[in-house]
Formats: sequence, C-alpha cells, structure tokens
Amino acid sequence: MAEQIALEVTRFSPERDKTPSIQSFDVPLRKEWVVLDALNYVKDKVDGSLSFRWSCRMGVCGSCGMMVNGEPKLTCATFLTDYAPGPVRVEPLKNFPVRRDLIVEITDFLEKLSKVKPWLIRDKEKAPSEGEYLQSPEQLETFRQYSMCINCLLCYAACPVYGLDPLFAGPAALALAQRYNMDSRDEGKSERLDILSQHDGIWGCTFVGDCTQVCPKHVDPAGAIQQYKLTATQEWVKSLLMPWGGK
Amino acid sequence: MATYTSYPPKGYRVRMSTYWWLGRWPYLKFILREISSVFVAWFVIETLLQINALIDGPEAWLEMQDFFTNPIVIALNVISLFFVVFHAITWFNLAPKAMAVRVGGKRVPGILIAGPQYVAWVIVSAAVAWLLLHG
Amino acid sequence: MHKRSNEPFVWLLFSAGGVVAALLIPIHLFLFGVAFPLGWLNAPSYDSVLALAGSPIGRAYLFVLCMLPLFHWAHRFRYTLYDGLQIKHLDELVNTLCYGGAIVGTIIAGYLIWRIP
Repeated sequence: MAEQIALEVTRFSPERDKTPSIQSFDVPLRKEWVVLDALNYVKDKVDGSLSFRWSCRMGVCGSCGMMVNGEPKLTCATFLTDYAPGPVRVEPLKNFPVRRDLIVEITDFLEKLSKVKPWLIRDKEKAPSEGEYLQSPEQLETFRQYSMCINCLLCYAACPVYGLDPLFAGPAALALAQRYNMDSRDEGKSERLDILSQHDGIWGCTFVGDCTQVCPKHVDPAGAIQQYKLTATQEWVKSLLMPWGGK
Repeated sequence: MATYTSYPPKGYRVRMSTYWWLGRWPYLKFILREISSVFVAWFVIETLLQINALIDGPEAWLEMQDFFTNPIVIALNVISLFFVVFHAITWFNLAPKAMAVRVGGKRVPGILIAGPQYVAWVIVSAAVAWLLLHG
Repeated sequence: MHKRSNEPFVWLLFSAGGVVAALLIPIHLFLFGVAFPLGWLNAPSYDSVLALAGSPIGRAYLFVLCMLPLFHWAHRFRYTLYDGLQIKHLDELVNTLCYGGAIVGTIIAGYLIWRIP
C-alpha cells in the first residue's frame, strides 16, 4: 500500500477570495483512516485554517456531510483506502451556499424543517395525570424508518430539484413531515396537508430517487414523498366528492 | 493586500449547469426515463395516423403499412420500443416505493407489488397480440 | 392558510397514463412498428383491424390508448422542461404547451375514433 494519498480540498475565504479554489495536501494513507481523519490531519499538522464541520465521528450527528469525488458522503464513514491511489477530492455539500472552505450555509434547510411542523399536533392534549399515549410496536413500525434522519443533508446535495429550485422543501423535511403524519399519536395530518400540498412541497418532487440512494440512515425520503403524493391525492378526491366534509 | 469587508457575504453560490444531468449516472438514468415520455407521445401520433388511414379506406391503409416499412421509421420505432420498455420496467419497479402496503404489521416486500404488474404486462400483451393475429 | 394545490388532478392523469403506456404500448409498438413491417408476423388485414377498431369496445380502448398516455407525456415533459432547461419561470407557457397539446391530441383522437366507419 502506498504511503500517501493526495487530498484535494476546496478553499474559500469570503474576505479574501471571490471564488473557491482547490488546494492539494499529501496525507498518510492508513487503512483505518476515513476522510475526516485526513482532514483533521491537515488541520493539525499542515494548515490550521482549514475549516470544516464534524462532531461525533461515528455517523449519528449528521455534521460532516461533504462531497467526496462528486458524491455526497459522511466523511466520518468514508474510508480513504476506497479511493486509493487517489487523489481524493473533498468539496462542500452541493446545492448550499459556501460560507468558508468546506462549511455551507444551512439556514434554508432549518427554516424548511420548522415549516412542516415536525411535532405532535393534537386537538386536545392529554393531561399528564391521565397517563402516557400508548403505541403498539406495529404502530411504531409505520413511521420508525422516517424517524432515523440525522439531518446530514446528503439528500439535499443529491436532489437536483433542490439544486434547481431552492424553494423546494426537500427530501429530509418532507420525510420528517411523514414521520409525524404516520405517528398514531399525531392529529395534525390536515394541518400539514395545507403546507405540503403546495408546488414547493411534495409536488416539486419528480422522483429522481437519488436522495434515498445517498441516505446513510436508509430513511428512504423518496418513498415517503411518493406515498404522501398518494395520500394528498386521496384527500383531494375526497374534498372534490364531499366538499361539505369538515376538516 | 486583501481588502476586508465588514459583513462577509452570506455564501458563494453557483448556478446549476444546464448539463447537470450528465454529471452522474443516476441523473442520466432519470433524464432518460423522463425522455421516454416523448416516445410515448410519438406512439400516440403514429396510432392517430393509423386510425386516419383506417378511415380513408383499404388503399390508404396499405400506404400506411408501406410508410411503416421505411427504414427511418423502423429505426425510430425500434428506438421508441427501447424507451417504452424502459418506461415500463422503471414504472413497475418504482410502484412498490409509492405504496407502503402493510399486512399484519409488516411491510410487504417490493417484489410482491412489482411482480403482479409484470405478470399483468405479459397477460395483457399476449391478449392484444392474439386479438391482432387471430381476431 | 395556503390553498391546497390542484396538482393531484394532473398527477392522477399522469399516473393513469403511465400505467396504460407501460402495459399496452410496448406490445402495440412491437407489433405495428417492428414485427409487421419487417414481416416477422403476419399483419392483420384491413377488414379485421376495422372490425376490431370499429366495435364499441375497440373505440373505447383506442380512446384510452391515445388520451391517457398523452397526459402522461404532458406532465412528465413539463417537469423535464423545468429541470432540463431551467425555465420554471415560464411555467404558464410550458403548462399551456404541454397540457394544451394533450387536450388537442385528445380532441383529435376522439374525432378520428368517432369517424371510424
């Protein structure tokens, strides 16, 4: 095995640069190293100004999403040796504005996340003295997959619709909305339908399906969105046939 | 000497290239799938031309059959056939994703939803072929 | 609150058209576009095609075969124009061309099928 591998990293300092550029570093090629290890090596030993987000280094926090050789990846879960002999190109997550080096602006996503009302909505809250909301394992299973999202935004980097139209709600937000819609304790389906059944909601999605392919937690946002298209259509037909039906 | 701005801009954005779909194989497959709709529309146009010939009588019908033997038309139809079959296969395979069917609390595996569609495809195609060849 | 979009209507047409296109068009295209012209199979005579097409079921079948795939094309092509050519800002023009085209095609189909002797 070669001793080293070239790491090509995007550098961008908004105070100095008009456009990002690529800088190449030679990092050790260790068989147990992931791309994140290589980035930290550069920051520790070579250039302390290299800026990037990371936290748990084990694939549960969703902080370290970046483009590795053009594919959205969690850098803590991507082995260097998979790219030998290299070079490995690390770029900031696609479809988001770049703040500095490998750091992107994710405010847009955070706004969309709160827009879909990702919390249990109930007509009447149960008082704590009345006990817990009971939920069977089968009921949990209907939405458990959609609750596994770690907000790593790899799906947004993969989604061409989001890249073309920043108003699109995006895979993770829509999957999270489904997570609450399918939760047996939730009574907010109708409220969310108003928000989701918009052109920048589910109807912008053209089922490219790449979001599901890149998701590290197997959330399957594409499936969630298509299922919701069916639900929204059923509700539309119902409202057409029974316009007098209350919400 | 670098000039420093008081407020750093909120981020550097690139406009997505018109050829974004050539960048990755999943994107190209997606666009090919969407382009198949054009060949679907071409089939409808061909069908309307055939119905028109049917109305005009046996000579017009024979002329239409001649038109279909034109090498360019055959080539176009072969390409269309590939795209239409590509549409059918991607359509049947994507259907299970859009339907979360649960039986007894467990999700029905995708193949049990895609499979019957393929069977229906074969049966319907056989029926149409039989009608046209023997009817 | 936002008014719910009427997109489900065109999506239903798109889905129905997709099913019809997937199940029926391959065999039709294979027979009329490849097998009959190349002589692999015997083409049906004018009279037998007329008998099939002129029957009430035949007319209904032909209408469905023409109308639904057209709306499938209209919806899919509309989004391809948005994603491919990035002309979402021209959406009124795109919608008119696509769905309008499908409506015109449907009217032509209806008229021709009605005129089958």
